[in-house]
Amino acid sequence: MTALQEAAPRPREGVRREALYFAVRNGKLLTGFGVVAVLLLAGLMGPLLTDVPPNQYGPRPMSPPSAEHWFGTTTFGQDVFTQFVHGLRSTFLVGAIGGGVAAVIGMFVGFVAGYRGGLVDEILSMLTNIVLVIPALAVLLIINAYLGLRSVALQGLFIGLTQWPWAARAIRAQTFSLRSREFVDLARMSGSGTLRIISREVAPNMSSYLFMTFILLFGGSILIASSLDFIGLGPTDAVSLGLMLQNATQWSALQLGMWWWFVPPGAAITAVVGALYVANVGLDEVFNPKLREL
Amino acid sequence: MSLRVSELRVVYRTLKGDVHALDGVTFGLADGEILGLVGESGCGKSTLGKSLIRMDGRMRHLGGTAVLDDEELPIGDDRRMNEFRFKRVSLIPQYAMSALNPTRRIRKLVAELLRSRGVALDAAELESRMAQVGLPPDVLGRYPIELSGGMRQRVVMVISTLLDPSLLIADEVTSALDVSTQKAVVRALLGFRDRGYVKSMIFITHDLALTHHLADTIMVMYAGRLVEKAPADVIVQAPRHPYTRLLLDALPEVGVRHADRRLTGIPGSPPQLLDPPAGCRFRARCPVADDRCAEDPPVTALASDHHVACWKA
Amino acid sequence: MRRYFFRKLLVYGLTFFVAVTVNWMIPRFMPGDPVAGMVARANVTQPQAVAAMRAYYTELFGFDRPLWQQYVNFWGAMLRGDFGLSIWLFPTPVSTVIGNAVPYTLALVVPSVLLSWVVGNWFGAYAARRRALDNTVLPVGYILTATPYMWLAVLLAWGLGVVAGWFPVAGGYSFALQPTWSATFLLNLVHHWTLPFLSLFLVALGGWAIGMRNMIIYELESDYANYLSALGAPARLIRRYAFRNAVLPQITGLALQLGVIVAGALVTEIVFAYPGLGSLILKAIQNQDFFLLQGTFLFIVLGVLIANFIIDIVYVVVDPRTRAGMAGANA
Repeated sequence: MTALQEAAPRPREGVRREALYFAVRNGKLLTGFGVVAVLLLAGLMGPLLTDVPPNQYGPRPMSPPSAEHWFGTTTFGQDVFTQFVHGLRSTFLVGAIGGGVAAVIGMFVGFVAGYRGGLVDEILSMLTNIVLVIPALAVLLIINAYLGLRSVALQGLFIGLTQWPWAARAIRAQTFSLRSREFVDLARMSGSGTLRIISREVAPNMSSYLFMTFILLFGGSILIASSLDFIGLGPTDAVSLGLMLQNATQWSALQLGMWWWFVPPGAAITAVVGALYVANVGLDEVFNPKLREL
Repeated sequence: MSLRVSELRVVYRTLKGDVHALDGVTFGLADGEILGLVGESGCGKSTLGKSLIRMDGRMRHLGGTAVLDDEELPIGDDRRMNEFRFKRVSLIPQYAMSALNPTRRIRKLVAELLRSRGVALDAAELESRMAQVGLPPDVLGRYPIELSGGMRQRVVMVISTLLDPSLLIADEVTSALDVSTQKAVVRALLGFRDRGYVKSMIFITHDLALTHHLADTIMVMYAGRLVEKAPADVIVQAPRHPYTRLLLDALPEVGVRHADRRLTGIPGSPPQLLDPPAGCRFRARCPVADDRCAEDPPVTALASDHHVACWKA
Repeated sequence: MRRYFFRKLLVYGLTFFVAVTVNWMIPRFMPGDPVAGMVARANVTQPQAVAAMRAYYTELFGFDRPLWQQYVNFWGAMLRGDFGLSIWLFPTPVSTVIGNAVPYTLALVVPSVLLSWVVGNWFGAYAARRRALDNTVLPVGYILTATPYMWLAVLLAWGLGVVAGWFPVAGGYSFALQPTWSATFLLNLVHHWTLPFLSLFLVALGGWAIGMRNMIIYELESDYANYLSALGAPARLIRRYAFRNAVLPQITGLALQLGVIVAGALVTEIVFAYPGLGSLILKAIQNQDFFLLQGTFLFIVLGVLIANFIIDIVYVVVDPRTRAGMAGANA
């Protein structure tokens, strides 16, 4: 549509209104965020509704779902639903901390490397590539096993420290392409400093991209945390969905046919991460006109 | 008559409704004629070019016909249109420099494209045509990324005209080039016509001065409609439509390059084509408009080859 | 091209160096007295094991020697293939324990990575811009790629193993059998291998299918695709080009995903008690066998680096642009 694209760029407000127009009509975006919102609400409100500690043993072990125990009980009589809502909370927490830390580092490294270029870029890119090829889970295994980090927040922090490289690479590439655009040149000529240009000119122009990156980091952190928990390096101060899976397999829920023990936690992780991915596709369609289907 | 377009109407589907990008355009193109198609951004010139070869997903054919060598082009039917593409109608796109698959050597790319259209590759002919635009034969063995932008564009020009199409559409092919390269491209296009590789050509541009060197006839468009069409010299020396005159006045002098600049010489901007106003579309910006212009001016022939859509002409 | 490989090798070399250094540093800079701490935490009952451990730790760490010498010795031992003795299987050397487990992990990871990549790319390419298919492949792909590896493993083990009884759910082979090259044993091996393989394959499949679908759509929007369409080239030709070009980033993606897939293999092995590196890690953690854990860690890092280098070579072979010396400089 050459003829119409040649027209003067639309003001930012118009773009925003148009994005909103598409956002409220995008099924993928609404479904994705809807699922996440429901589970987040369950994680936030659920633990308030029951005053039973999630790991407290109960009198009726191994009972299938019933009116009293919505998701049944474990071999030790623990209520699976109580563990589930507490686990959701940990899952969101680890995703937020891991995704947040990774996003901050990734943005810093990506912006600086992409904007400054030259030797700074060489060094940061080398660092990024090194952290990128080391298998994250293996590093986390060693660190967690030795240091015995066993709180959800610390787990999230260390996951964030290993997850940033691909985000840094993607942001570097985006920054690189923005660096030579006129409005950045203009800012540079008018004497603005690097940090100011990055925060005022570069970052706002890729805000949708940054948001989508954060969503992917969030989902990735949840998955890797669940693997750590499952191997036996989960938090000792909380319940998590990965720990529930670990306990279920460790105490032979499979062989005993206690599906209610291992189905909900895995399903919840899949639902949260999958919904985030789907919402991300929706966001991409909203912000990228080429992908919109009329 | 090589091409005969009548009352062609094409819209862009958008969320807010149909944008009438091409609103009833009629013109003809003789054998051997090069038509320069000129106008501001959004006047419908690119839409016209696309309609004659391949409409994109958001375009709809509302009405009108295009007859090429006594055969009607199935404009709205993407599938049936395929038979005409490349063989009868061809295109040098605006994005010519990135129009080649980066992971194929030129020779293989051409051979595969031709085979897919049921034509065998005549290697000698291909090499001779490459040579005519100044490309050495070893270019055929290279990947597109190994060529400069200008070389890639010339490769595309050769490919597009390889099957001797009746009509060639050159869409803004000179916009991104410097002056000397522009001259070379114009020479190559003239060569295509003179050697009979293409029968007729539509050269779409916003550069009135450059068009004058190349085109036999110039057609000026405004807001989806024909404004004036006449032999190139007549358009430049004796334009009759106020818009054409203003376009020419906006040029510092004929022959000086006048690319991307918006026409600041004409106050105001073209009307919204979502819901075009009644009457002459240039009325709001026209220095000589009066009440009569509230009525649509018909395209009238001042001479057999000079058509104008203006009450004042 | 030489520059490309040089940069890659430099990154991998540095990575290995960092991994080894981290491995050396962590026990040394742990709070408290590492030897006493580890011996206590090891919780070993055999007295000769405790004595040997204490001797071994002191010998290894050599706290009376300067730090640089400890570091050099550490490298020296490692390069000789000496990773210490396993505490869990005392006194088997760690290298032997790992050597026994590696074939199982490779047998799981290599086929599932390659097959999921091929099949996933094929699915994704086929589904792109075909509305009905796209609407099924896309959601299924997203669900699969969002599934934690161990959860799909648990579900398969439960459904196809426990409930249906078609496959065994634990071990690399039946305990009743002795490892030989007999047909019975090999069949038994394959039987045990099927479920863990399937589980790894399926989760990885989703990611490749989605990645390919998105890449193909991007390619079909590109200028060369538009030009070919304008010249009436059949969709088949354009799709073939798009596929070819979209495969290239997918090869890079393979390198990036290796770490995740290996992690997936580790937890999948744990679910199926499959005797590979994943089960070793679990045992090492349960038994506080740090030598085993560190050895496994180094081995995994080394494996991933080698795989990365192989992928780099494949990429150069497949992408003409790297050979033309134009691209690929950004390692």
